[in-house]
Amino acid sequence: MENEVPLIKVTIDGQEIRVPVGTTIMEAARQIGPSVAPPAMCYYKPLQGSGGKCRACLVKVAAGSEKDPRPMPKLVASCITGAQDGMVVENFTNPEVVEARKGVVEFLLINHPLDCPVCDQAGECHLQDFAFENGVGEKRFVEEKRTFEPEDIGDKVQLHMNRCILCYRCVYTANQLTEKRVHGVMGRGDHAQISTYIKNSLESDFYGNVIDVCPVGALTDKTYRFKSRVWFSKPVDAHCACEKCSGKVQVWYKGDEVIRVTARKNQWGEVEDFICNTCRFDRKKTSDWVIEGPSKVARNSVIAQNKYGLNQGKKPEFALNYAAKNFKGIDDARDYNQNLDEIKKSEDYKALMQKNDKFFSKEKSLK
Amino acid sequence: MANDIKILTEHINIPGIETFEVYRKAGGYNAVEKAIKKMSPDEIVEEVKKSGIRGRGGAGFPMGMKWSFLAKPEGVPRYLVCNADESEPGTFKDHYLMKNLPHLLIEGMIVSSFALGANKSFIYVRGELMYVVRILEKAIEEAKAAGFLGKNILGSGYDLELVVQPGGGAYICGEETALLESLEGKRGNPRNKPPFPAVKGLYQSPTVVNNVESIANTPWVINHGGEEYAKIGIGRSTGTKLISASGHIKNPGVYEITLGLPVDEFMNSDQYLGGIRDGHYLKAVVAGGSSVPILPANLFYKTANGEDRLMSYESLSDGGFPTGTMLGSGGFIAMDETTCIVRNTWNFSRFYHHESCGQCSPCREGTGWMEKVLHRIEHGHGTMSDIDLLVDVAKKIEGNTICPLGDAAAWPVASAIRHFRDEFEWHINHPNEATKPGAVYMGAEILA
Repeated sequence: MENEVPLIKVTIDGQEIRVPVGTTIMEAARQIGPSVAPPAMCYYKPLQGSGGKCRACLVKVAAGSEKDPRPMPKLVASCITGAQDGMVVENFTNPEVVEARKGVVEFLLINHPLDCPVCDQAGECHLQDFAFENGVGEKRFVEEKRTFEPEDIGDKVQLHMNRCILCYRCVYTANQLTEKRVHGVMGRGDHAQISTYIKNSLESDFYGNVIDVCPVGALTDKTYRFKSRVWFSKPVDAHCACEKCSGKVQVWYKGDEVIRVTARKNQWGEVEDFICNTCRFDRKKTSDWVIEGPSKVARNSVIAQNKYGLNQGKKPEFALNYAAKNFKGIDDARDYNQNLDEIKKSEDYKALMQKNDKFFSKEKSLK
Repeated sequence: MANDIKILTEHINIPGIETFEVYRKAGGYNAVEKAIKKMSPDEIVEEVKKSGIRGRGGAGFPMGMKWSFLAKPEGVPRYLVCNADESEPGTFKDHYLMKNLPHLLIEGMIVSSFALGANKSFIYVRGELMYVVRILEKAIEEAKAAGFLGKNILGSGYDLELVVQPGGGAYICGEETALLESLEGKRGNPRNKPPFPAVKGLYQSPTVVNNVESIANTPWVINHGGEEYAKIGIGRSTGTKLISASGHIKNPGVYEITLGLPVDEFMNSDQYLGGIRDGHYLKAVVAGGSSVPILPANLFYKTANGEDRLMSYESLSDGGFPTGTMLGSGGFIAMDETTCIVRNTWNFSRFYHHESCGQCSPCREGTGWMEKVLHRIEHGHGTMSDIDLLVDVAKKIEGNTICPLGDAAAWPVASAIRHFRDEFEWHINHPNEATKPGAVYMGAEILA
């Protein structure tokens, strides 16, 4: 049957899409667009076997399939669950999912050092985005955070284990991209850590890619360390004739200086082509590269701020015009010089306060 | 009801039963002969299905159904793996069974492997039980010498190699997919499901993972027939169950009970536990190993509807989680009024914190968080909001993890707060009294 009908219908947050058989819910949602795509902290499409660990992408399957429309009893990880024909998935529209996701944010942050002000990843950190979009602003964790001894894993890559969320992406990268496995996960539970066996340093032409796949600031570029905040630098697409890799990279400028080189990433923060260490760490002159033009940066990204004049002018003007137009329309014929005590005694005011009692309860209790 | 039927432990008291000769004389390996000579693999699966036996490892999934789910593609080997990585706090039945009756397990492994068409089967034994590994290996040698294992068993042309593999001592490796990972020589992280082991298990081949006790039941099923087996027990809880009883009872130990035995009789008759130690009374019971919800004494003896509770899968889970519990793996822990529930919950929580594999975030971070909060409450630094915090954290772990360890860590905490909230509150409101050694809160009275 599947051969005759290669496309199946999936409904995600009320939006229908037809995808090939075998597509995961996550991929189907990404085809619809970022408005329904579940967040992903560990899932990384280019890496085989990744996903299912962070539980950030949990969704509710309200109807399993056309044949068996029963809902799934538990929330499922959308990155590893295959879509079925007629499946109805609730993502941001389901309060249970939103609540579970708040929990995941909280769990990921309780032992995270929250040292964004000194973290090189800040500004392009998936955990920041994920927490900002799905989390709550307050913390309930008052205990001491779990910490690790700092570990040196080579002169190019900086490991900051306290920030790690154990997504296993770098482990898969090391397994699938490099010839011999250079590092892995040691220990278990919340003391599991990314480490090299017996204090080795990383050795391979492609190990630098662990920096790009890391969603947080656990693995950062030592040659870029503390050089600049991400939003002060400007990414430019460039390429070179590299014998080891595709040579397609993003070159980050601060002024005229190349401060770092990374792989190009797509909309979901996934590397398009893994690059070699020579490109990443050694080619830091403009003359090494053929510049293609400014990289596309999402408008809501902090990297786009104060750059690219196109976005700068229009929006505030439009907003100001709108505000001015509406301000003029306000009927200010009312008598606004009234005594405050008089207003408080008036029946209107009392009725309003009574009506909004619950909203003002805090204010009242202070009095 | 015939309560004295012993399926597993019938011959356990015969001296020398761990040797092949004595076991054979007592009727051992008859099931292998019958199965291999007279029955086809499908007939055995059918008998096991008829018996209605449910997995004894904790989840209680019908064993025959699990066997029938096994994918059978051509040219791909199939495996049977016996899960002997028993490490749930409070459960020690498999240890007892393997130590005393190694040949019963091996006999069960042979007939089960034959039924599933597996030519290589594994017994994954908990790493701490090295002496049991040696007992099993010796038993396998004896069985091989007698022609019940190895090439061409009993001249039937069926080959079976049985491998005993000690684990590294991680609780998580008792989860079936983590066990398979560990058996493959990898880090014992549970796999994402689907695919289930019945489709892609050990070395990406169809695999059945069964508990020791489940497999040890199969020789009896072969010898006496599945229908006979289904007559024992009550309702959908057929057969007998090993219960490892511990705690403040007069006769702790491993008991084989017929499922459906009234809880009151099991708890208080001299044949079984003999009641709580003199001068004390029952406060709470963990009925199936540390991961199942804890029950206070009144809800343990009677369900919320006022019916007498029975030792069976259905009766113990009557009332769901609000007022019920689970039979689980049969790790029965009775606690008298000198037990501090907060300390006990903290202890369980500490175990799960230690044993979480660290793969998925709710369990990795949540178990540690719960442990820290419980530690604080127990040591007199808790606040009232901590109780709600624990409930909320437990709720956010439960069901959101890859494997059931997250649930197992959340249930004891959630149930302890559900049934003993006053004790938690007392700990928080009276830190000075609560941190005195041996201080326990029991309603209005305080033991110190």
